Amino acid sequence: MKTKLFSYSQLDTFIHRLSGLTKLICFLLLTTTVMLTFDIRIILGVMVLSLILFRVAQIRFSQVKVMFVFVLIFILTNFVLTFIFSPTYGVEIYGTEHILFVITERYTVTLEQLFYQMTKFSKYLSVIPLGCIFFFTTNPSEFASSLNNIGLSYKACSALSLTLRYFPDVQGDYHTISLAQQARGVEMSTKASVMTRLKNMVRILVPLIFSTLDRVELITNAMELRGYGKHKKRTWFSYKPLGKNDWLSIGVCLAIFLFTMYMRFFVTKSLFYNPFI
Amino acid sequence: MKKPLFNTKTIVATGLGGALFMVLFMFVKVPSPVPETNLQIAYGISSFFAMLFGPIAGGLIAFIGHALSDFLSYGSPWWSWVFASGAAGAISGIAYLTAKKDIEQGEFDLVQFLIWNIVANAVAWIIVAPVLDIVIYAEPVSLVFTQGGIAFVMNAICSCVVGGLLCSIYAKTKTKEGSLTKK
Repeated sequence: MKTKLFSYSQLDTFIHRLSGLTKLICFLLLTTTVMLTFDIRIILGVMVLSLILFRVAQIRFSQVKVMFVFVLIFILTNFVLTFIFSPTYGVEIYGTEHILFVITERYTVTLEQLFYQMTKFSKYLSVIPLGCIFFFTTNPSEFASSLNNIGLSYKACSALSLTLRYFPDVQGDYHTISLAQQARGVEMSTKASVMTRLKNMVRILVPLIFSTLDRVELITNAMELRGYGKHKKRTWFSYKPLGKNDWLSIGVCLAIFLFTMYMRFFVTKSLFYNPFI
Repeated sequence: MKKPLFNTKTIVATGLGGALFMVLFMFVKVPSPVPETNLQIAYGISSFFAMLFGPIAGGLIAFIGHALSDFLSYGSPWWSWVFASGAAGAISGIAYLTAKKDIEQGEFDLVQFLIWNIVANAVAWIIVAPVLDIVIYAEPVSLVFTQGGIAFVMNAICSCVVGGLLCSIYAKTKTKEGSLTKK
């Protein structure tokens, strides 16, 4: 329960010095690139790049170990499920069949299926370092301002920054209330039936929600007294103007993105890179 | 009476609701009868806030909450399901507009709440999530629709039972205008 979240630490590296806006744009460009392609060469390229950036940002592996294990379990489950549900999907995609060995008639392991699943595996794995880099090097309050800078309504951005700001408080409240209710004998483990557990959950939620609603009232009044929402636009205290390195980084990411699109539409001419023909 | 869609109070409620959603999404998983799946209580929260503050708040709460908790636990959001969460939150918020009784007056329109929550979950988990999974991630069709179907049943139960209970409890704390009479 006591996870240290947003371990944003103020270091002085190349990535930390970039503006939050740049990091957001680069993050979105690179993740979209990986999302839109099934070309393992590009995916591995992005993965190598993100691992290099990971080093540059001086993020230690111990900081992301727990997350890494979670993700690995998730991806492995997906790997197994994909095979159980559609063992011949690879053959359908690539149009050829190289049988490696046969488990049962339905579950034939083919090179195509393995290649499809490996591509998907690396696809999911390669975006994780990107997310980590973005979150570990961006100041939470700069995050909202950069979203506003790419054109999102400032009201939605305020909601987001309130979420980030109050997450630790709500987490603490939840923990306290949950312990207090369990001390009174509210059963939350598998001993109780599902319906009882849902009902007991409500008994923890009620105090939590009412204290949150009180807080909503308080914060709303404070913001309205300071004239929040009077004007159409708003400036941000934590906004950093873009420098030379920012434009350079955006340029590199944009180039990767455009290159992928070029490969997709003019070279491989399909979503999948096919080494079997 | 015209209901406000996005004033300062809605913004703050969205922010705190998102934080609440995140906490529940990350830490509170009630094990369900089906092995390896959990009931996500968080969807009860987004339906409750959607009923109180409208579709924009509901959609943003689920979207922000889900995206940030994915960021923290997986490093990068699984966008197709994040969008589906947002859609579920937003559609269930239509009940805020169509409700015939005012929850702030202590009367909770359960019928409208249930209808829109079931519609919202059906659209989100049987249509939005699987289709985006196929489009964005090229997942096998049979896998995503099975996952979507399970998610629909689970999340619809959470939204209706938890959200419904919370709304009726909230309604009980509100008093009707002019409910006092002079003797």
